[in-house]
Amino acid sequence: MLETDTKAPVNWVVTATWVLSRLARESLEGNAMPSPKPIQIILARQLASSLATPILIVDTEGTLIYYNEPAEVILDQRFDETGEVPVAEWTGLFAIADEERNPVAQEDRPMMMALSERKPVSRTVWMRCGHREWRHMNITAFPLIGQDGQFLGAKMIFWEV
Amino acid sequence: MQVTLWGTRGSLATPGPEMARYGGNTSSVGIVGREGTMLVLDAGTGVRRLAATVPESVRRVDILLTHLHMDHIQGLGFFAPLYRRDLEVHIWGPGSATLRLKARLMRYLSPPLFPVSLSELPCKLTFHEVPCDEVDIGEFRVTSALVCHPGPTVGYRIAEAGGAVSTYLPDHEPALGNLRFPCLPRAWTSGGALAAGADLLIHDGQYSAAEYREHCGWGHSSLAHTLDFGTLTEVKQLVPFHHDPSHSDIDLDRLMAEAIEAAKPVYKVTPGTEGAIFEL
Repeated sequence: MLETDTKAPVNWVVTATWVLSRLARESLEGNAMPSPKPIQIILARQLASSLATPILIVDTEGTLIYYNEPAEVILDQRFDETGEVPVAEWTGLFAIADEERNPVAQEDRPMMMALSERKPVSRTVWMRCGHREWRHMNITAFPLIGQDGQFLGAKMIFWEV
Repeated sequence: MQVTLWGTRGSLATPGPEMARYGGNTSSVGIVGREGTMLVLDAGTGVRRLAATVPESVRRVDILLTHLHMDHIQGLGFFAPLYRRDLEVHIWGPGSATLRLKARLMRYLSPPLFPVSLSELPCKLTFHEVPCDEVDIGEFRVTSALVCHPGPTVGYRIAEAGGAVSTYLPDHEPALGNLRFPCLPRAWTSGGALAAGADLLIHDGQYSAAEYREHCGWGHSSLAHTLDFGTLTEVKQLVPFHHDPSHSDIDLDRLMAEAIEAAKPVYKVTPGTEGAIFEL
């Protein structure tokens, strides 16, 4: 049976949590400057920012370092407001279920598999952000690997079925 | 460090009386450290004259190539120190996904394009792939990173121990795909970390704003973007160069003046002219 992700709170709670966690991180780190990005990641963001396809980009740690405007609609958040989001936070934003409506474990989600196995993964799922309606989506995630073989992160594309 | 511009022209060597002041030789910059370490940034046609300044007493020269487009390597075979048996020459530059730096360079430095093969050069030649971790070359700490330009292309940040920082980004299009450039922070801007706070930034300034619109994606910057990039990275002094072959001295005087007037930078801007020397 399809289950609601009880860890996904309503949006204002999510936003407040993010703000607090970001403030805490910034306080610990002493500044709010994001780390310099490899050129492949910069170009990936520039491409994503000019596409109508919802796209997420994560770094090697799984931190959500960018999502474009179409993805903002799905996540119901704005990148300019959240900035980078740690993996534990953004993966809790939405629930994912398989075609038979069984919940998909975090480690079996396409982005997590692209990160851990460094290979492209595509699957059709049911997806729900917060308490909004379920959407039938195809999710494709693939690793970003530089010319010298350096693993840089991964990119995920949503496609409404 | 002392920084000398030996080649300031982009794309194609452009000799001629109407280009005499800004110069017609393609990209090459020499850097000499306080302890005498010599760095050569790119080996365009300007490197031939640079070669004449390498003292007999020098035993090592490092050539830092940003990429292998012809205007950045055409002078390499004419760099006289390569023919000195007593000299160590280290060439740093980007390989590709399928070829190492040496193999890529040999495509040019071998017949039929050039009569002498790399393997026939008498100097002690060593190749280093970039980008790599920070490396110390003499009194310099050199940082390289891939930047936005077609094909594998790097920029260099050169910091003298306890001294000044120079950044070299001769072919660079940080505004590509960024319609509101420079709205993104430095961390999200190509070359941003390399140039941050540099005492001297030598940067691509090939096009006027109108020309850039016609050449978007070719890997170069408009002067306006160059000045904005200097502001974003908070450099102390900017040297726009890699001048377009179609721009005469008169054109460049006008384009530079217009761009500076429009941007009103808070830092010093010195248009790149062949032979200019910067003491940092």
